[in-house]
Amino acid sequence: MRAPDHPVMGKGDVLLAVDNVSLGFGGVKALTDVSFDIRKSEIRAIIGPNGAGKTSMLNCINGFYYPTEGRITFKGVKRPKMRPYEAARGGIARTFQNVALFKSMSTLDNIMAGRSIKMHSNFFWQLFRHGPAMKEEVEHRRFVEEIIDFLEIQHIRKVPVGRLPYGLQKRVELGRALAMEPELLLLDEPMAGMNLEEKEDMSRFILEVNQQYGTTIALIEHDMGVVMDLSDRVVVLEYGRKIADGTPSEVKSDQRVIDAYLGVAH
Amino acid sequence: MHQRKRSHTTRLDARLPGRLTSLTTAADSRADTFPKLLARNARVRPTRTAFRHKDLGIWQSWTWGEVHDIVRAYACGLQALGLKRGGKIAIIGYNRPYLYWSICAAQWLGAIPIPVYADSVAEEMAYVLAHAEVTHAAVQDQEQVDKILSVSDQLPQLEHVLYDEPKGLRDYDHSRLHSIASVVEEGRARLADAQEAAAIDQVMQDGKGADLAIILYTSGTTGRPKGVMLTSDAVIAAAEIGCDFDKLDETDEIIAYLPIAWVGDHIFSYAQAILSGLCVNCPESPETVAEDRREIGATYVFAPPRVFESMLTLTMVRIEDAGALKRRMFHFFIQHANKVGEKILNGEPGIGAWDRLLWQVGNVLVYAPLRNRFGMTRVKVGYTAGEAIGPEIFRFYRSIGVNLKQLYGQTEASVYITMQPNGEIRADTVGRPAPQVEIRIADNGEVLYRSPGIFVGYYKDDEKTAETKTPDGFVHSGDAGFFDQNGHLKIIDRAKDVGRMRDGALFPPKYVENKLKFYPNIKEAVCFGDGRDYVAAFINIDLVAVSNWAERNGVTYASYQELAGHPLVYDMIEKHVDEVNRSLASEPRMGGAQIKRFLILHKELDADDGELTRTQKVRRGFIADRYAPLIDALYDGSPEADISTEVTFEDGRKGVISARVKIRDMKVYPTTESGSVLEAAE
Repeated sequence: MRAPDHPVMGKGDVLLAVDNVSLGFGGVKALTDVSFDIRKSEIRAIIGPNGAGKTSMLNCINGFYYPTEGRITFKGVKRPKMRPYEAARGGIARTFQNVALFKSMSTLDNIMAGRSIKMHSNFFWQLFRHGPAMKEEVEHRRFVEEIIDFLEIQHIRKVPVGRLPYGLQKRVELGRALAMEPELLLLDEPMAGMNLEEKEDMSRFILEVNQQYGTTIALIEHDMGVVMDLSDRVVVLEYGRKIADGTPSEVKSDQRVIDAYLGVAH
Repeated sequence: MHQRKRSHTTRLDARLPGRLTSLTTAADSRADTFPKLLARNARVRPTRTAFRHKDLGIWQSWTWGEVHDIVRAYACGLQALGLKRGGKIAIIGYNRPYLYWSICAAQWLGAIPIPVYADSVAEEMAYVLAHAEVTHAAVQDQEQVDKILSVSDQLPQLEHVLYDEPKGLRDYDHSRLHSIASVVEEGRARLADAQEAAAIDQVMQDGKGADLAIILYTSGTTGRPKGVMLTSDAVIAAAEIGCDFDKLDETDEIIAYLPIAWVGDHIFSYAQAILSGLCVNCPESPETVAEDRREIGATYVFAPPRVFESMLTLTMVRIEDAGALKRRMFHFFIQHANKVGEKILNGEPGIGAWDRLLWQVGNVLVYAPLRNRFGMTRVKVGYTAGEAIGPEIFRFYRSIGVNLKQLYGQTEASVYITMQPNGEIRADTVGRPAPQVEIRIADNGEVLYRSPGIFVGYYKDDEKTAETKTPDGFVHSGDAGFFDQNGHLKIIDRAKDVGRMRDGALFPPKYVENKLKFYPNIKEAVCFGDGRDYVAAFINIDLVAVSNWAERNGVTYASYQELAGHPLVYDMIEKHVDEVNRSLASEPRMGGAQIKRFLILHKELDADDGELTRTQKVRRGFIADRYAPLIDALYDGSPEADISTEVTFEDGRKGVISARVKIRDMKVYPTTESGSVLEAAE
């Protein structure tokens, strides 16, 4: 086993550390001995060619998969084997490559659903939407309305998300993740399939979430321009292995990354 | 800046019996400025709702008393930032209460507000701001702050920038940047001092009606925008004309969503609101206007024809998706409304009891729900503005019981030139001279007017002012028109645009273009013909209508460009052009203006590319230069032409679109002096 590369240390404590993680499905190895960390309040990009294991990595981080080897440490605690909802409760929110919203529910309801994790009144009151449940709902609605305002989606507040164009659905999904007030936000290709203008809007939202609320963000993205502009540090995967890790400019000039993306002459 | 407005009126008088509390308006002779009128409102109706703004999904409201307190404190805060009598402050953004209050606070100090179109790109904005020599700017949000900062090197006089929404601005350098809320707070703190409070009230009392109230930059169909200077007296007098004409009072509700830099919005959402005490509702965002309008149930509506057009287009598209029963019911009753609806609205005699009953049934089943959808349930009068409206569209709204009217106005007149009195509403004219307005027609057909609302002059442009104003106080409108036998004014085109073809035939481009644009599938049209052998046209398809048509007809396409160039789309547009030609052939003197060749443009004309003005009017000369190869092809007989054009994205970056555009030849009909035969054939 190779010792993990030690990236240049920056400011901010390590929020999440991935140490020598491997993931296999039967004979297929999705991830092999990957190590990196995510520091508080940074934007961390995970890039790599198709099938490099980027989404598997995110799935490991939010508890959807459990690594076959290695360990993940979140906020200084080694994570036991856990379920996604436990990760969510721990402060990890995510969006998906292929938008996973409640299609027949409105934008507002989808984002409110993201808020449910923060609701405490008991089932009885929630059932009747009275007393403490009402008071709580008013508070949460206010928070959700702020997200709607922030993401500039007032005009689709009451539209079932299934009827929305893709770019807006992505925005609603981000809204739902934000409703959890996460410490770590995982974005799986937030800009896939978007046009230039939508990408710019999305970039602005991501930067603003990061700057205004100090949310730590890990994102997978294919648009290199976006990655280089947005992220503080980049980790590059290829065939389930980490091949580079560093600032965008370091990664861009790394020969192994260039080879992975452009192909090598044999 | 020439706006033609039209309105729908219904049985206004019948609905409002006894509401003849003749508007207090400026009866109070001392209230000759807007801050004084605001103070009057705070005295007379302190607890009535003055403004609403939908924020975080809820309508927040302010009473006249509260607005007065805020504006007073705001004025005091602005004074502390160095704004004084004669100073200039730019107002930039979407319709927000605090921006309207910025106008009023500036006027309180005797400073002159300069509203600027919020969607202008930075350079356009820089020109106006530099020309007006603004020292302060009150803007909506980060977007506008960024624009101003990006051109700040061209604005050495600009000292302070105020913003309404703090989002995204936290980390900016705040030495010259202030939130409006903090300025108001600062003002409040100062007002705690009795001396300071007396001083600020004295500043307001020092204002005179003859002082400049505002400079409105016109969007400039040609050349650079011009600053139209209006006094308080003029704006108040003009606002009064409209308030009296339509009997507006404090129970009325208006929704403010048109650009605040446009004279129409200034008169309707600001001047008339403060004058009559009606309530101004600011929507949540530009995209939510339709829904917000429904929630508010505005009683006084103002919209350019394209708003009415797109509502109607959307309705027609949606109804085709409805079930068969609903669809048939809709078409049946709309047909009936077409037949009798307008007559019923006009109170004309000779409508049978059965027709009336049927209209009432239709009202319950179709018209009322439609009006509700459009947010027009409570509309007592609506106007359309800016351009001519399609007669079909105009009649549609009137026939379902919306009192839509047209009026004709200009920035230089503080809007009102002609209006349509109840019972005298027609689709093809703009009505009689408004009260207190005199009109005369020059020998070349140009309309000249004189009214209490006319402007002082163009800011820093005496030459243009002298060209526009005659020694005896009339103003050249720049529009060509004539009075018909009923004494109604009919506008045909811009006076300088009315051209002649090589054979001497009359060519009013806008007249022809409007005929084309009345088809829902055609969004925009530009016609050429001055000094040419025949008329040729550029056409922009309407994406909503045509894409829907494409879906229904199995036409597949990947982009706007591909759809625009599709042969079937060409066939469809060809039919429309043919109908226009037939209609032109049937009109006296217009037969020569038939379209001989046309093409469909590969991109939408856009204000960001300079092809339209900010009020969405075509800039003919600019388009002629930009698409010169296409015009050449239209006149040299080639069947298609290549074109590549630069486009500007919203962030100011540029790209290039290129395409091969096909050209179609059209049949031209012989001119018939008596057009009735052909018309009947349609």
